[in-house]
Amino acid sequence: MGNGAGVPAGLLLDSGTEVDFFIHSYYEFKLFGTTVSINTTMVCTVIVCLAVLAMILVLRHEIMKDYDEPNTIQNIAEMLVETLDSMVEGSMGKFAPKYRNYVEMLMIFILFSNISGLFGLRPPTADFATTFGLALVTFVLIEYAWIRYNGISFVKDLFQPFPIFFPVNVISEFATPVSMSLRLFGNVLSGTIMLGLWYTLMPWFAKIGIPTFLHAYFDLFSGAIQTYVFGMLTMTFITDKYPS
Amino acid sequence: MTQITNEGLVAACSCIGAGLALIAGIGPGVGQGIAAGHGASAVGRNPGARGDITSTMLLGQAVAETTGLYGLVVALILLYANPLIGRF
Repeated sequence: MGNGAGVPAGLLLDSGTEVDFFIHSYYEFKLFGTTVSINTTMVCTVIVCLAVLAMILVLRHEIMKDYDEPNTIQNIAEMLVETLDSMVEGSMGKFAPKYRNYVEMLMIFILFSNISGLFGLRPPTADFATTFGLALVTFVLIEYAWIRYNGISFVKDLFQPFPIFFPVNVISEFATPVSMSLRLFGNVLSGTIMLGLWYTLMPWFAKIGIPTFLHAYFDLFSGAIQTYVFGMLTMTFITDKYPS
Repeated sequence: MTQITNEGLVAACSCIGAGLALIAGIGPGVGQGIAAGHGASAVGRNPGARGDITSTMLLGQAVAETTGLYGLVVALILLYANPLIGRF
């Protein structure tokens, strides 16, 4: 527990049983006077992106083959795309074609990130930088839809229902990305911490079999739910901004 | 008896604060339970709308969970990235 400016590794645990769910820096270099570090999140993000890319290339290769009837992989790909499409259609209605690509890309990336804890990676969404970046893109889309399709009358919306509500409305606009990103970050990080504590502090016989259920709940179930919630909230907030 | 140092006092109070921050988990627990109960009774009245009811319930529960997660984030900051340690 240093008295310097450095972050202490942890208050509650002695150094012998170090719980490892932190972001580590692998390589540091100077760029324009600031220190940039290649850390765990970046490496895991690249791995997740490569996994998504590999999946897409395999699916494309199978679909491009000239069969008489669709094979299994093509059926799986069509089922996936149709599920996502119907989700976007049901939530956005006539605005779906414009936002389909963004929302489906977002949901696939978040889903793969969340379940990457299953394969021993530290999920990229367990870093506030990743989730806040994703929420910022959504925030820009929300505000763009608001200004583009309401014209100057979006200023009038800020003073609804009474002019005295102006600060509240502004704060609630800016609270949207913060609450969305904190929700995803908190859920994924709590799963990462629970599994890190279990793998570090439990005796060896508790690490056989029991982590399966923890992984199933924290990585698969919670990750899928949070993916769904992030996508649904993105679509709901964007659709809300269009004039009815 | 040895004296308590400033750092030790800050660390002890941070741990107590982290524990107190997790009291925020009560609210989401009650709220999610109410949402799940109403979802179950809605499925009982109208079993055909099971899919819609489940997705609406999960969305509402996830939004209600946010306040609890704020408490979790505060507790984690107090335990692992404490801004007060080293200042006194």
